[in-house]
Amino acid sequence: MPYVSRGFRGRRREGGDAARVPPGQYLTDDFPVLSAGPTPHTPLDEWTFSITGELDEARTWTWEEFRALPSETTTKDIHCVTKWSKLDTEWEGVSVDTLLEGVETSAEYVLAFCDGGYTTNLPLEDVAGGKAWVAFGYGGEPLEPEHGGPARLLVPHLYFWKSAKWVRGLELRADDEPGFWERYGYHNYGDPWQEQRYWGD
Amino acid sequence: MEDADLRLDGNAAAGMFGEIFALELTSARARCASCGTIAELGAEPMYVHAPGIVVRCRNCDDVMIVAVHGGGRYWLGFTGTSWIEAREPL
Amino acid sequence: MARAAVLGRLTWHLANVVELVDETPRVRSIALDVPDWAGHRAGQHVDVRLTAEDGYQAQRSYSIASAPEQPHLVLTVERLDDGEVSPYLVDELQPGDKLELRGPVGGYFVWTVEVGGPVLLVAGGSGVVPLMAMVRHRVGLGDGTPFRLLFSSRSLDEVIYRDELDRLAADDGIEVVHTLTRSQPDGWTGYARRIDEQMLREVSWPAAEQPRVYICGPTRLVESVASTLVALGHDPDRVKTERFGPTGG
Repeated sequence: MPYVSRGFRGRRREGGDAARVPPGQYLTDDFPVLSAGPTPHTPLDEWTFSITGELDEARTWTWEEFRALPSETTTKDIHCVTKWSKLDTEWEGVSVDTLLEGVETSAEYVLAFCDGGYTTNLPLEDVAGGKAWVAFGYGGEPLEPEHGGPARLLVPHLYFWKSAKWVRGLELRADDEPGFWERYGYHNYGDPWQEQRYWGD
Repeated sequence: MEDADLRLDGNAAAGMFGEIFALELTSARARCASCGTIAELGAEPMYVHAPGIVVRCRNCDDVMIVAVHGGGRYWLGFTGTSWIEAREPL
Repeated sequence: MARAAVLGRLTWHLANVVELVDETPRVRSIALDVPDWAGHRAGQHVDVRLTAEDGYQAQRSYSIASAPEQPHLVLTVERLDDGEVSPYLVDELQPGDKLELRGPVGGYFVWTVEVGGPVLLVAGGSGVVPLMAMVRHRVGLGDGTPFRLLFSSRSLDEVIYRDELDRLAADDGIEVVHTLTRSQPDGWTGYARRIDEQMLREVSWPAAEQPRVYICGPTRLVESVASTLVALGHDPDRVKTERFGPTGG
């Protein structure tokens, strides 16, 4: 057990409903910025979102087309593998169900791909059924670039590295392909309630 | 936090590397597997505000090294690095 | 390329806080006694780890301010208003407390006599800390390598190590050039603006003299100074940078 530093409290938020904080997590009021690389800045007139891979015809939306889709607001708790959790975060986005509407596929997995080369993998069923969005708004404002704007994947039931920033599409796959952090030691699925942080947990 | 603040110098990884390697690596040279640029690891941009440390090539920005520490284990990924060259100690 | 240092496996030490010195209203130096300390080189840093009673941990890196010859390990820390660790180190820590640290760390941003000179040090605010270790090492050895420090601070009151630098400026071979960017005292005749190309032209040795350059401070200052010097012809491999980023909080 490391030495306890006399009088050190740290910048945690005290209180809060313990039932909403997964094991090993601490509450924060901040919104920490974590990144594996420089912030991309794709101009909106060049931005597209695509569904590719195991489907009859790939789908692509321009920014205007994407923003014309039905969208919704949602309030969720989010949990980062680096141990901070933030409750009641407000997002606005397009449900992935909307993006997948009418898609017929035998795929069981998706690989989210992003500006800057980041990827993350998920089972298809974890981005369907009202569990995931492509979010363009946070806290009532347009999503800032440092937090993944113009749009990021939002999958709050898993550790937040799965909510890929600067997302540009989902590749539907028959097989599971580990994404960036999954290839470098992080857990393939990432359920915060089972504390699935690292490979083999 | 501005974008410039996310990117530090190679020294930022020295602590974790020091726990794993017997030789001091931030003054070692490394070759980027993507573009061939050779530089001291300490001179390469590093991203440490992340679930792990990511070292990128200062020339082409491709990922050279990824280092994760957690759950009682270390994971080291050197896929983007052709080689690391360190002098023998005295 | 320097010979690699053999480290053995870096582990955490429990250091004893011996003495605290207020350098400026926001900056404090912490002198530590570290059992089993193997020594360090000027420019290296340590990682400091704080643990709360419930196990919550925060970790930050701090440059070593002391020269290897000095009896205690000294860290100089600036309190960041929204920091998590620095307010504890600057306001709470007391002599007799213990501090967990790991190090010394870093072989890239290091000056030893073997490196040679002339040496240009460029500091922004608390970026002066690792450069001060280099200055103190050079002075401690009685070495004659030409050293020049260009030091950017907001005001005269906020110049860290001001008195010591004044004394060392009287010593042959250590030149100190201040620039005060926000406010200057009456009668100030020195630089009164952010470091720019003109200032670097006036202060730095020309590229042809091949100085060793160490730049440390906020990211923007470091990037601006480094790219300007390279544009002025300095060899990028002789210009070493240590961006503090926001981790010094």
